[in-house]
Amino acid sequence: MTNETGRGAMAETLIKVEDVSHVFPAPDGGGEVIALEGIDIEIGRGEMVSLIGPSGCGKSTLLNVIGGMIAPSQGAALIGGARVRGPRPKEVAYIFQESALLPWATILDNIKVSLEFQKAPRATRDQVAREALKAVGLDAFATSYPHQLSGGMKQRAALARALSLRTDVLLMDEPFAALDEQTRMIFSEDLSRLLANERKTILLVTHSLAEAVFLSDRIFVFTSRPGRIKAVLEVDEPHPRSPAFMTSPKFNDLRNRLYELLRDEVLAAIGKDRQGLA
Amino acid sequence: MSAASAAGQALTARLTPAQRRASALVKLSALALLLIVWHFVTVTEIVSPFFLPKPADVLRNFIRIVGSGQAWPDLKVTLFEFAIAGPIALVAGGLVGFLVSLTRYGARVFEPIISSVYAIPIIIFYPISVMALGIGPESKIAHGALFGFFPICLNTIQGFSRVDPLLIRLAHSTGASQRQLFWRIMLPAAAPTILSGVRLGLMLCFLAIIGGETIASIEGIGHRVVWYAEGMQTGNMFAYIVFVVLVAVIMNAALSLLEFRKGRS
Ligand SMILES: Nc1ncnc2c1ncn2[C@@H]1O[C@H](COP(=O)(O)OP(=O)(O)O)[C@@H](O)[C@H]1O
Ligand SMILES: [Mg+2]
Repeated sequence: MTNETGRGAMAETLIKVEDVSHVFPAPDGGGEVIALEGIDIEIGRGEMVSLIGPSGCGKSTLLNVIGGMIAPSQGAALIGGARVRGPRPKEVAYIFQESALLPWATILDNIKVSLEFQKAPRATRDQVAREALKAVGLDAFATSYPHQLSGGMKQRAALARALSLRTDVLLMDEPFAALDEQTRMIFSEDLSRLLANERKTILLVTHSLAEAVFLSDRIFVFTSRPGRIKAVLEVDEPHPRSPAFMTSPKFNDLRNRLYELLRDEVLAAIGKDRQGLA
Repeated sequence: MSAASAAGQALTARLTPAQRRASALVKLSALALLLIVWHFVTVTEIVSPFFLPKPADVLRNFIRIVGSGQAWPDLKVTLFEFAIAGPIALVAGGLVGFLVSLTRYGARVFEPIISSVYAIPIIIFYPISVMALGIGPESKIAHGALFGFFPICLNTIQGFSRVDPLLIRLAHSTGASQRQLFWRIMLPAAAPTILSGVRLGLMLCFLAIIGGETIASIEGIGHRVVWYAEGMQTGNMFAYIVFVVLVAVIMNAALSLLEFRKGRS
Protein backbone atom coordinates (compact mmCIF):
# COMPACT_ATOMS: atom_id res chain seq x y z
CA MET A 1 0.00 0.00 0.00
CA THR A 2 1.30 3.42 -0.85
CA ASN A 3 0.24 5.98 1.69
CA GLU A 4 1.44 9.12 -0.03
CA THR A 5 -1.04 11.35 -1.77
CA GLY A 6 -2.90 8.37 -3.15
CA ARG A 7 -4.90 10.48 -5.53
CA GLY A 8 -3.69 11.15 -9.04
CA ALA A 9 -1.39 8.19 -9.24
CA MET A 10 -3.41 5.80 -11.39
CA ALA A 11 -3.72 2.81 -9.13
CA GLU A 12 -6.11 -0.02 -9.98
CA THR A 13 -9.08 0.84 -12.13
CA LEU A 14 -12.27 1.03 -10.09
CA ILE A 15 -14.81 2.41 -12.55
CA LYS A 16 -14.93 1.54 -16.18
CA VAL A 17 -17.34 2.94 -18.72
CA GLU A 18 -17.34 0.87 -21.88
CA ASP A 19 -18.67 2.38 -25.08
CA VAL A 20 -21.75 3.82 -23.42
CA SER A 21 -24.39 5.55 -25.51
CA HIS A 22 -27.79 6.59 -24.29
CA VAL A 23 -30.90 7.72 -26.09
CA PHE A 24 -33.94 9.27 -24.43
CA PRO A 25 -37.35 9.50 -26.06
CA ALA A 26 -37.93 13.18 -26.86
CA PRO A 27 -40.16 14.93 -24.30
CA ASP A 28 -42.83 15.79 -26.93
CA GLY A 29 -43.30 12.16 -27.93
CA GLY A 30 -41.84 12.12 -31.45
CA GLY A 31 -38.16 11.42 -32.11
CA GLU A 32 -35.40 10.89 -29.61
CA VAL A 33 -32.58 12.71 -27.84
CA ILE A 34 -29.10 11.26 -28.05
CA ALA A 35 -27.70 12.16 -24.65
CA LEU A 36 -24.42 10.24 -24.73
CA GLU A 37 -22.42 8.76 -27.57
CA GLY A 38 -19.51 6.33 -27.34
CA ILE A 39 -18.21 7.16 -23.87
CA ASP A 40 -15.13 5.18 -22.88
CA ILE A 41 -13.42 6.08 -19.63
CA GLU A 42 -11.51 4.46 -16.81
CA ILE A 43 -11.25 5.91 -13.35
CA GLY A 44 -8.71 4.74 -10.79
CA ARG A 45 -9.49 3.96 -7.19
CA GLY A 46 -9.15 7.11 -5.13
CA GLU A 47 -9.26 9.40 -8.12
CA MET A 48 -11.15 12.67 -8.13
CA VAL A 49 -12.62 13.37 -11.54
CA SER A 50 -14.70 16.27 -12.81
CA LEU A 51 -17.14 16.24 -15.71
CA ILE A 52 -17.61 19.60 -17.35
CA GLY A 53 -19.53 20.60 -20.44
CA PRO A 54 -22.48 22.60 -21.72
CA SER A 55 -25.91 22.10 -20.16
CA GLY A 56 -27.78 19.13 -21.55
CA CYS A 57 -24.66 17.36 -22.84
CA GLY A 58 -25.35 14.24 -20.80
CA LYS A 59 -23.22 14.64 -17.66
CA SER A 60 -26.01 13.70 -15.28
CA THR A 61 -26.97 10.84 -17.55
CA LEU A 62 -23.43 9.44 -17.38
CA LEU A 63 -23.45 9.77 -13.59
CA ASN A 64 -26.75 7.90 -13.46
CA VAL A 65 -25.45 5.14 -15.71
CA ILE A 66 -22.49 4.65 -13.37
CA GLY A 67 -24.78 4.83 -10.33
CA GLY A 68 -27.10 2.19 -11.78
CA MET A 69 -30.09 4.56 -11.95
CA ILE A 70 -30.27 4.41 -15.75
CA ALA A 71 -29.62 1.36 -17.92
CA PRO A 72 -27.71 2.71 -20.95
CA SER A 73 -29.07 2.04 -24.45
CA GLN A 74 -25.69 0.66 -25.38
CA GLY A 75 -22.48 -0.32 -23.57
CA ALA A 76 -22.04 -0.79 -19.85
CA ALA A 77 -20.54 0.64 -16.70
CA LEU A 78 -18.44 -1.58 -14.42
CA ILE A 79 -17.49 -1.01 -10.83
CA GLY A 80 -14.68 -3.18 -9.49
CA GLY A 81 -14.98 -5.32 -12.60
CA ALA A 82 -18.67 -6.11 -12.08
CA ARG A 83 -21.26 -4.82 -14.49
CA VAL A 84 -23.65 -2.23 -12.99
CA ARG A 85 -27.27 -3.40 -13.32
CA GLY A 86 -29.03 -1.30 -10.72
CA PRO A 87 -28.40 0.89 -7.67
CA ARG A 88 -25.36 -0.13 -5.64
CA PRO A 89 -26.04 1.32 -2.21
CA LYS A 90 -23.01 -0.31 -0.61
CA GLU A 91 -20.63 1.04 -3.24
CA VAL A 92 -22.08 4.27 -4.60
CA ALA A 93 -23.43 7.34 -2.80
CA TYR A 94 -25.00 10.40 -4.41
CA ILE A 95 -24.99 14.10 -3.71
CA PHE A 96 -27.43 16.11 -5.81
CA GLN A 97 -27.79 19.79 -6.57
CA GLU A 98 -30.46 19.95 -3.91
CA SER A 99 -29.85 18.36 -0.56
CA ALA A 100 -32.84 15.97 -0.82
CA LEU A 101 -33.29 15.97 2.95
CA LEU A 102 -36.60 14.68 4.29
CA PRO A 103 -38.25 17.85 5.61
CA TRP A 104 -40.10 16.00 8.38
CA ALA A 105 -37.02 14.38 9.89
CA THR A 106 -34.10 15.80 11.84
CA ILE A 107 -30.68 15.91 10.21
CA LEU A 108 -29.58 12.93 12.31
CA ASP A 109 -32.68 10.93 11.41
CA ASN A 110 -32.20 11.78 7.75
CA ILE A 111 -28.82 10.11 7.82
CA LYS A 112 -30.13 7.17 9.83
CA VAL A 113 -32.94 6.56 7.33
CA SER A 114 -30.41 6.27 4.51
CA LEU A 115 -28.33 3.90 6.63
CA GLU A 116 -31.46 1.85 7.24
CA PHE A 117 -32.19 1.70 3.50
CA GLN A 118 -28.60 0.65 2.93
CA LYS A 119 -29.05 -2.14 5.50
CA ALA A 120 -26.23 -0.89 7.68
CA PRO A 121 -26.26 -2.73 11.04
CA ARG A 122 -28.89 -1.17 13.28
CA ALA A 123 -26.66 -0.98 16.32
CA THR A 124 -24.08 1.23 14.65
CA ARG A 125 -26.35 3.61 12.75
CA ASP A 126 -26.58 6.29 15.41
CA GLN A 127 -22.85 6.41 15.97
CA VAL A 128 -22.00 6.35 12.27
CA ALA A 129 -24.47 9.16 11.60
CA ARG A 130 -23.08 11.28 14.43
CA GLU A 131 -19.51 10.77 13.27
CA ALA A 132 -20.41 11.83 9.75
CA LEU A 133 -22.09 14.98 11.08
CA LYS A 134 -19.00 15.74 13.10
CA ALA A 135 -16.78 15.30 10.05
CA VAL A 136 -18.65 18.06 8.22
CA GLY A 137 -18.91 20.29 11.30
CA LEU A 138 -22.64 19.87 11.82
CA ASP A 139 -22.62 17.92 15.10
CA ALA A 140 -24.38 20.79 16.84
CA PHE A 141 -27.28 20.52 14.39
CA ALA A 142 -28.08 16.82 14.73
CA THR A 143 -31.55 17.51 16.10
CA SER A 144 -32.33 20.46 13.80
CA TYR A 145 -34.81 20.15 10.96
CA PRO A 146 -33.71 20.91 7.38
CA HIS A 147 -35.73 24.14 7.21
CA GLN A 148 -33.71 25.49 10.11
CA LEU A 149 -30.47 25.20 8.13
CA SER A 150 -28.96 27.47 5.47
CA GLY A 151 -28.43 26.21 1.94
CA GLY A 152 -24.74 25.57 2.59
CA MET A 153 -25.46 23.67 5.79
CA LYS A 154 -28.04 21.53 4.03
CA GLN A 155 -25.49 20.54 1.42
CA ARG A 156 -23.06 19.71 4.23
CA ALA A 157 -25.74 17.51 5.73
CA ALA A 158 -26.17 15.80 2.35
CA LEU A 159 -22.40 15.31 2.25
CA ALA A 160 -22.48 13.84 5.76
CA ARG A 161 -25.24 11.46 4.67
CA ALA A 162 -23.20 10.37 1.66
CA LEU A 163 -20.04 9.91 3.77
CA SER A 164 -21.92 7.92 6.40
CA LEU A 165 -22.77 5.29 3.78
CA ARG A 166 -19.03 4.52 3.59
CA THR A 167 -19.09 3.82 -0.11
CA ASP A 168 -16.02 3.67 -2.33
CA VAL A 169 -17.65 5.88 -4.92
CA LEU A 170 -19.18 9.31 -4.51
CA LEU A 171 -21.22 10.79 -7.36
CA MET A 172 -21.76 14.53 -7.05
CA ASP A 173 -24.13 16.19 -9.50
CA GLU A 174 -23.56 19.95 -9.31
CA PRO A 175 -23.52 19.85 -5.51
CA PHE A 176 -22.57 23.52 -5.19
CA ALA A 177 -24.73 24.94 -7.94
CA ALA A 178 -27.42 26.32 -5.62
CA LEU A 179 -24.91 27.91 -3.21
CA ASP A 180 -23.53 31.44 -3.24
CA GLU A 181 -19.94 32.11 -4.34
CA GLN A 182 -18.37 32.44 -0.85
CA THR A 183 -20.14 29.39 0.51
CA ARG A 184 -19.07 27.23 -2.39
CA MET A 185 -15.44 28.33 -2.10
CA ILE A 186 -15.30 27.35 1.56
CA PHE A 187 -17.22 24.17 0.81
CA SER A 188 -14.79 23.06 -1.88
CA GLU A 189 -11.78 23.73 0.37
CA ASP A 190 -13.40 21.67 3.11
CA LEU A 191 -14.24 18.97 0.64
CA SER A 192 -10.66 18.80 -0.60
CA ARG A 193 -9.39 18.44 2.98
CA LEU A 194 -12.03 15.90 3.97
CA LEU A 195 -11.53 13.73 0.95
CA ALA A 196 -7.76 13.74 1.26
CA ASN A 197 -8.22 11.43 4.27
CA GLU A 198 -11.14 9.45 2.94
CA ARG A 199 -9.62 8.07 -0.23
CA LYS A 200 -12.87 7.94 -2.11
CA THR A 201 -13.34 7.74 -5.84
CA ILE A 202 -15.29 10.80 -6.84
CA LEU A 203 -17.09 11.98 -9.95
CA LEU A 204 -18.06 15.62 -9.75
CA VAL A 205 -20.29 17.37 -12.27
CA THR A 206 -19.70 21.09 -12.14
CA HIS A 207 -20.12 24.22 -14.21
CA SER A 208 -17.36 26.06 -12.38
CA LEU A 209 -13.98 25.95 -14.09
CA ALA A 210 -12.23 27.02 -10.88
CA GLU A 211 -13.91 24.26 -8.87
CA ALA A 212 -13.02 21.66 -11.45
CA VAL A 213 -9.36 22.67 -11.47
CA PHE A 214 -9.17 23.11 -7.71
CA LEU A 215 -10.67 19.75 -6.82
CA SER A 216 -9.84 17.32 -9.61
CA ASP A 217 -7.08 14.98 -10.55
CA ARG A 218 -8.53 14.78 -14.03
CA ILE A 219 -11.14 16.82 -15.86
CA PHE A 220 -13.27 15.33 -18.63
CA VAL A 221 -14.48 17.98 -21.05
CA PHE A 222 -17.68 17.04 -22.89
CA THR A 223 -18.84 18.17 -26.30
CA SER A 224 -22.30 19.65 -26.70
CA ARG A 225 -25.07 17.11 -27.21
CA PRO A 226 -24.72 14.30 -28.15
CA GLY A 227 -22.18 14.21 -25.32
CA ARG A 228 -18.77 12.80 -26.19
CA ILE A 229 -15.48 13.32 -24.45
CA LYS A 230 -13.64 16.11 -26.15
CA ALA A 231 -10.52 16.34 -23.99
CA VAL A 232 -9.03 15.21 -20.71
CA LEU A 233 -6.99 17.59 -18.55
CA GLU A 234 -4.72 16.40 -15.78
CA VAL A 235 -4.17 18.46 -12.64
CA ASP A 236 -0.94 17.34 -11.10
CA GLU A 237 -1.15 18.73 -7.58
CA PRO A 238 -1.34 16.81 -4.29
CA HIS A 239 -4.38 16.89 -1.99
CA PRO A 240 -5.43 18.56 0.19
CA ARG A 241 -5.02 21.66 -1.91
CA SER A 242 -4.45 24.99 -0.25
CA PRO A 243 -6.18 28.22 -1.22
CA ALA A 244 -2.74 29.37 -2.43
CA PHE A 245 -3.03 26.87 -5.30
CA MET A 246 -5.94 28.86 -6.57
CA THR A 247 -3.74 31.89 -7.24
CA SER A 248 -0.79 29.99 -8.71
CA PRO A 249 0.23 30.30 -12.41
CA LYS A 250 -0.37 26.58 -12.86
CA PHE A 251 -3.97 26.98 -11.74
CA ASN A 252 -4.57 29.92 -14.04
CA ASP A 253 -2.99 28.15 -16.96
CA LEU A 254 -5.22 25.10 -16.54
CA ARG A 255 -8.27 27.22 -16.03
CA ASN A 256 -7.58 29.11 -19.27
CA ARG A 257 -7.07 25.93 -21.24
CA LEU A 258 -10.30 24.60 -19.87
CA TYR A 259 -12.05 27.79 -20.85
CA GLU A 260 -10.78 27.56 -24.44
CA LEU A 261 -11.94 23.95 -24.71
CA LEU A 262 -15.37 24.73 -23.36
CA ARG A 263 -16.05 27.97 -25.18
CA ASP A 264 -16.60 26.36 -28.59
CA GLU A 265 -18.86 23.69 -27.14
CA VAL A 266 -21.00 26.13 -25.22
CA LEU A 267 -21.37 28.26 -28.34
CA ALA A 268 -22.28 25.16 -30.33
CA ALA A 269 -24.88 24.20 -27.73
CA ILE A 270 -26.40 27.68 -27.77
CA GLY A 271 -26.42 27.60 -31.59
CA LYS A 272 -28.32 24.32 -31.59
CA ASP A 273 -30.88 25.67 -29.19
CA ARG A 274 -31.34 28.77 -31.37
CA GLN A 275 -31.88 26.59 -34.41
CA GLY A 276 -34.38 24.60 -32.41
CA LEU A 277 -36.25 27.81 -31.62
CA ALA A 278 -36.32 29.10 -35.19
CA MET B 1 -58.66 23.29 -1.96
CA SER B 2 -55.68 21.75 -0.27
CA ALA B 3 -53.70 24.73 -1.45
CA ALA B 4 -56.27 27.01 0.11
CA SER B 5 -56.17 25.18 3.41
CA ALA B 6 -52.37 25.21 3.32
CA ALA B 7 -52.50 28.95 2.79
CA GLY B 8 -54.94 29.30 5.66
CA GLN B 9 -52.64 27.29 7.86
CA ALA B 10 -49.71 29.48 6.90
CA LEU B 11 -51.76 32.56 7.73
CA THR B 12 -52.63 31.43 11.25
CA ALA B 13 -49.17 30.01 11.80
CA ARG B 14 -47.62 33.40 11.19
CA LEU B 15 -49.72 35.11 13.88
CA THR B 16 -47.88 36.27 16.98
CA PRO B 17 -49.52 35.53 20.38
CA ALA B 18 -50.68 39.15 20.57
CA GLN B 19 -52.25 38.92 17.13
CA ARG B 20 -53.90 35.64 18.08
CA ARG B 21 -55.43 37.26 21.20
CA ALA B 22 -56.65 40.16 19.06
CA SER B 23 -58.17 37.71 16.57
CA ALA B 24 -59.99 35.88 19.37
CA LEU B 25 -61.25 39.22 20.66
CA VAL B 26 -62.64 40.11 17.23
CA LYS B 27 -64.46 36.77 17.02
CA LEU B 28 -65.97 37.17 20.50
CA SER B 29 -67.05 40.72 19.76
CA ALA B 30 -68.78 39.60 16.58
CA LEU B 31 -70.64 36.94 18.54
CA ALA B 32 -71.56 39.43 21.25
CA LEU B 33 -72.78 41.90 18.63
CA LEU B 34 -74.94 39.22 17.04
CA LEU B 35 -76.52 38.41 20.40
CA ILE B 36 -77.14 42.07 21.17
CA VAL B 37 -78.80 42.70 17.80
CA TRP B 38 -80.83 39.49 18.20
CA HIS B 39 -81.93 40.54 21.68
CA PHE B 40 -82.78 44.06 20.48
CA VAL B 41 -84.90 43.02 17.48
CA THR B 42 -86.85 40.48 19.53
CA VAL B 43 -87.42 42.63 22.64
CA THR B 44 -88.67 45.50 20.48
CA GLU B 45 -90.70 42.98 18.46
CA ILE B 46 -89.33 44.35 15.19
CA VAL B 47 -89.28 40.65 14.35
CA SER B 48 -92.20 38.62 15.59
CA PRO B 49 -91.23 36.38 18.55
CA PHE B 50 -92.97 33.57 16.71
CA PHE B 51 -90.32 33.55 13.97
CA LEU B 52 -87.44 34.51 16.19
CA PRO B 53 -87.67 33.93 19.96
CA LYS B 54 -85.56 35.94 22.39
CA PRO B 55 -82.00 34.74 23.05
CA ALA B 56 -82.88 34.20 26.70
CA ASP B 57 -85.81 31.92 25.78
CA VAL B 58 -83.65 29.96 23.34
CA LEU B 59 -81.02 29.55 26.04
CA ARG B 60 -83.65 28.29 28.50
CA ASN B 61 -84.95 25.75 25.98
CA PHE B 62 -81.40 24.73 25.09
CA ILE B 63 -80.53 24.05 28.73
CA ARG B 64 -83.71 22.03 29.07
CA ILE B 65 -83.16 19.76 26.05
CA VAL B 66 -79.52 19.20 26.96
CA GLY B 67 -80.07 18.98 30.72
CA SER B 68 -83.05 16.58 30.53
CA GLY B 69 -81.19 14.35 28.08
CA GLN B 70 -83.96 14.84 25.55
CA ALA B 71 -81.44 15.48 22.75
CA TRP B 72 -79.31 12.39 23.37
CA PRO B 73 -81.28 9.78 21.40
CA ASP B 74 -81.16 12.02 18.30
CA LEU B 75 -77.49 12.83 18.81
CA LYS B 76 -76.74 9.13 19.20
CA VAL B 77 -78.40 8.36 15.87
CA THR B 78 -76.47 11.12 14.08
CA LEU B 79 -73.17 10.10 15.65
CA PHE B 80 -73.85 6.45 14.81
CA GLU B 81 -74.44 7.37 11.17
CA PHE B 82 -71.20 9.36 11.18
CA ALA B 83 -69.29 6.56 12.87
CA ILE B 84 -70.15 4.31 9.91
CA ALA B 85 -70.06 6.84 7.05
CA GLY B 86 -66.78 8.54 8.12
CA PRO B 87 -64.63 5.40 8.03
CA ILE B 88 -66.24 4.33 4.73
CA ALA B 89 -65.30 7.69 3.17
CA LEU B 90 -61.83 7.46 4.70
CA VAL B 91 -61.02 3.95 3.55
CA ALA B 92 -62.63 4.24 0.11
CA GLY B 93 -61.18 7.70 -0.57
CA GLY B 94 -57.73 6.76 0.66
CA LEU B 95 -57.65 3.47 -1.19
CA VAL B 96 -58.97 4.77 -4.52
CA GLY B 97 -56.71 7.82 -4.23
CA PHE B 98 -53.66 5.68 -3.56
CA LEU B 99 -54.39 3.29 -6.43
CA VAL B 100 -54.98 6.14 -8.86
CA SER B 101 -51.74 7.84 -7.78
CA LEU B 102 -49.69 4.71 -8.47
CA THR B 103 -49.30 5.57 -12.12
CA ARG B 104 -48.72 8.98 -13.62
CA TYR B 105 -51.32 8.03 -16.24
CA GLY B 106 -53.94 7.22 -13.64
CA ALA B 107 -53.39 10.50 -11.83
CA ARG B 108 -53.61 12.45 -15.08
CA VAL B 109 -56.83 10.76 -16.19
CA PHE B 110 -58.72 10.38 -12.94
CA GLU B 111 -57.81 13.51 -11.01
CA PRO B 112 -59.73 15.84 -13.39
CA ILE B 113 -62.72 13.46 -13.36
CA ILE B 114 -62.85 13.35 -9.58
CA SER B 115 -62.23 17.12 -9.35
CA SER B 116 -65.10 17.87 -11.69
CA VAL B 117 -67.48 16.23 -9.23
CA TYR B 118 -67.08 19.42 -7.18
CA ALA B 119 -69.01 21.24 -9.86
CA ILE B 120 -72.14 19.14 -9.38
CA PRO B 121 -74.32 19.40 -6.26
CA ILE B 122 -73.98 15.90 -4.79
CA ILE B 123 -77.14 16.60 -2.78
CA ILE B 124 -79.24 15.76 -5.87
CA PHE B 125 -78.27 12.12 -5.41
CA TYR B 126 -79.83 12.05 -1.95
CA PRO B 127 -83.33 11.15 -3.18
CA ILE B 128 -81.78 8.10 -4.87
CA SER B 129 -80.25 7.04 -1.55
CA VAL B 130 -83.60 7.43 0.17
CA MET B 131 -85.39 5.51 -2.57
CA ALA B 132 -82.89 2.70 -2.47
CA LEU B 133 -82.18 2.55 1.26
CA GLY B 134 -85.22 4.03 2.95
CA ILE B 135 -85.51 6.95 5.36
CA GLY B 136 -83.56 5.23 8.14
CA PRO B 137 -79.84 5.69 8.92
CA GLU B 138 -78.71 3.75 5.82
CA SER B 139 -79.54 6.56 3.38
CA LYS B 140 -77.69 9.12 5.55
CA ILE B 141 -74.68 6.84 5.79
CA ALA B 142 -74.54 6.43 2.01
CA HIS B 143 -75.00 10.15 1.46
CA GLY B 144 -72.41 11.17 4.07
CA ALA B 145 -69.87 8.67 2.77
CA LEU B 146 -70.34 9.96 -0.78
CA PHE B 147 -69.74 13.56 0.33
CA GLY B 148 -66.68 12.65 2.34
CA PHE B 149 -65.15 10.47 -0.36
CA PHE B 150 -64.18 13.16 -2.85
CA PRO B 151 -61.91 15.50 -0.86
CA ILE B 152 -60.20 12.53 0.77
CA CYS B 153 -59.64 10.80 -2.56
CA LEU B 154 -58.45 13.97 -4.33
CA ASN B 155 -56.00 14.99 -1.63
CA THR B 156 -54.66 11.45 -1.47
CA ILE B 157 -53.96 11.55 -5.22
CA GLN B 158 -52.36 14.97 -4.92
CA GLY B 159 -50.35 14.05 -1.85
CA PHE B 160 -48.84 10.93 -3.38
CA SER B 161 -48.29 12.23 -6.88
CA ARG B 162 -46.50 15.37 -5.73
CA VAL B 163 -43.81 13.79 -3.63
CA ASP B 164 -40.47 15.39 -4.53
CA PRO B 165 -38.99 13.00 -7.15
CA LEU B 166 -35.52 13.70 -5.81
CA LEU B 167 -36.46 12.10 -2.47
CA ILE B 168 -37.59 9.01 -4.38
CA ARG B 169 -34.37 8.90 -6.40
CA LEU B 170 -32.31 9.21 -3.25
CA ALA B 171 -34.25 6.38 -1.63
CA HIS B 172 -33.67 4.16 -4.69
CA SER B 173 -29.98 4.98 -4.82
CA THR B 174 -29.54 4.06 -1.16
CA GLY B 175 -31.28 0.72 -1.67
CA ALA B 176 -34.77 1.32 -0.23
CA SER B 177 -37.25 -1.54 -0.74
CA GLN B 178 -40.76 -0.79 -2.07
CA ARG B 179 -42.10 -1.16 1.42
CA GLN B 180 -39.52 1.25 2.87
CA LEU B 181 -40.16 3.68 0.03
CA PHE B 182 -43.85 3.74 0.93
CA TRP B 183 -43.61 3.95 4.71
CA ARG B 184 -40.50 6.09 5.09
CA ILE B 185 -40.82 8.44 2.10
CA MET B 186 -44.17 8.47 0.27
CA LEU B 187 -46.54 8.36 3.22
CA PRO B 188 -44.82 10.97 5.42
CA ALA B 189 -44.36 13.25 2.41
CA ALA B 190 -48.01 12.97 1.42
CA ALA B 191 -49.39 13.03 4.98
CA PRO B 192 -50.04 16.78 5.36
CA THR B 193 -52.04 16.94 2.13
CA ILE B 194 -53.91 13.71 2.87
CA LEU B 195 -54.76 14.82 6.41
CA SER B 196 -56.22 18.11 5.29
CA GLY B 197 -58.36 16.16 2.80
CA VAL B 198 -59.44 13.80 5.57
CA ARG B 199 -60.36 16.70 7.80
CA LEU B 200 -62.40 18.39 5.10
CA GLY B 201 -63.95 15.11 3.95
CA LEU B 202 -65.05 14.02 7.42
CA MET B 203 -66.52 17.44 8.14
CA LEU B 204 -68.46 17.40 4.86
CA CYS B 205 -69.58 13.86 5.66
CA PHE B 206 -70.93 14.98 9.04
CA LEU B 207 -72.69 18.02 7.60
CA ALA B 208 -74.15 15.95 4.77
CA ILE B 209 -75.61 13.52 7.31
CA ILE B 210 -77.29 16.35 9.19
CA GLY B 211 -78.47 17.80 5.89
CA GLY B 212 -79.91 14.42 4.91
CA GLU B 213 -81.72 14.19 8.23
CA THR B 214 -83.43 17.52 7.62
CA ILE B 215 -84.67 16.42 4.19
CA ALA B 216 -86.04 12.94 4.80
CA SER B 217 -85.71 11.19 8.11
CA ILE B 218 -87.46 10.02 11.24
CA GLU B 219 -84.67 10.69 13.72
CA GLY B 220 -81.33 12.47 14.23
CA ILE B 221 -80.50 15.99 15.35
CA GLY B 222 -81.07 17.46 11.87
CA HIS B 223 -84.48 15.85 11.75
CA ARG B 224 -85.43 17.25 15.16
CA VAL B 225 -84.97 20.85 13.95
CA VAL B 226 -87.36 20.26 11.07
CA TRP B 227 -89.77 18.35 13.31
CA TYR B 228 -90.13 21.34 15.65
CA ALA B 229 -90.33 23.75 12.71
CA GLU B 230 -93.19 21.76 11.27
CA GLY B 231 -94.82 21.73 14.69
CA MET B 232 -94.45 25.53 14.81
CA GLN B 233 -92.44 25.24 18.02
CA THR B 234 -89.83 27.87 17.17
CA GLY B 235 -88.47 28.00 20.73
CA ASN B 236 -87.50 24.33 20.60
CA MET B 237 -86.46 24.61 16.99
CA PHE B 238 -83.95 27.35 17.78
CA ALA B 239 -82.71 25.44 20.80
CA TYR B 240 -81.97 22.51 18.46
CA ILE B 241 -80.36 24.79 15.89
CA VAL B 242 -78.00 26.06 18.59
CA PHE B 243 -77.40 22.46 19.61
CA VAL B 244 -76.57 21.38 16.03
CA VAL B 245 -74.25 24.34 15.54
CA LEU B 246 -72.49 23.54 18.79
CA VAL B 247 -72.06 19.86 17.87
CA ALA B 248 -70.69 20.87 14.46
CA VAL B 249 -68.24 23.33 16.02
CA ILE B 250 -67.03 20.67 18.45
CA MET B 251 -66.70 18.17 15.58
CA ASN B 252 -64.71 20.69 13.57
CA ALA B 253 -62.42 21.40 16.51
CA ALA B 254 -61.88 17.67 17.04
CA LEU B 255 -61.06 17.17 13.36
CA SER B 256 -58.62 20.11 13.46
CA LEU B 257 -56.45 17.94 15.66
CA LEU B 258 -55.84 15.90 12.51
CA GLU B 259 -54.11 18.82 10.83
CA PHE B 260 -50.41 18.32 10.43
CA ARG B 261 -48.38 19.96 13.18
CA LYS B 262 -46.42 22.96 12.03
CA GLY B 263 -42.69 22.94 12.81
CA ARG B 264 -42.43 19.24 12.06
CA SER B 265 -43.38 19.95 8.48
N1 LIG C 1 -35.62 11.35 -18.28
C1 LIG C 1 -35.34 11.96 -19.45
N2 LIG C 1 -36.22 11.86 -20.47
C2 LIG C 1 -35.98 12.47 -21.65
N3 LIG C 1 -34.88 13.20 -21.90
C3 LIG C 1 -33.99 13.36 -20.91
C4 LIG C 1 -34.18 12.76 -19.64
N4 LIG C 1 -33.12 13.08 -18.85
C5 LIG C 1 -32.32 13.85 -19.60
N5 LIG C 1 -32.82 14.03 -20.84
C6 LIG C 1 -32.20 14.77 -21.93
O1 LIG C 1 -30.93 14.24 -22.17
C7 LIG C 1 -29.99 15.26 -22.37
C8 LIG C 1 -28.87 15.15 -21.37
O2 LIG C 1 -29.38 15.41 -20.08
P1 LIG C 1 -28.45 15.50 -18.79
O3 LIG C 1 -27.65 14.27 -18.67
O4 LIG C 1 -29.33 15.84 -17.64
O5 LIG C 1 -27.52 16.74 -19.14
P2 LIG C 1 -26.53 17.56 -18.19
O6 LIG C 1 -26.53 16.95 -16.85
O7 LIG C 1 -25.22 17.49 -18.88
O8 LIG C 1 -27.05 18.97 -18.19
C9 LIG C 1 -30.74 16.57 -22.28
O9 LIG C 1 -31.04 17.02 -23.58
C10 LIG C 1 -32.01 16.21 -21.55
O10 LIG C 1 -33.04 17.02 -22.00
MG1 LIG D 1 -27.27 17.67 -15.04
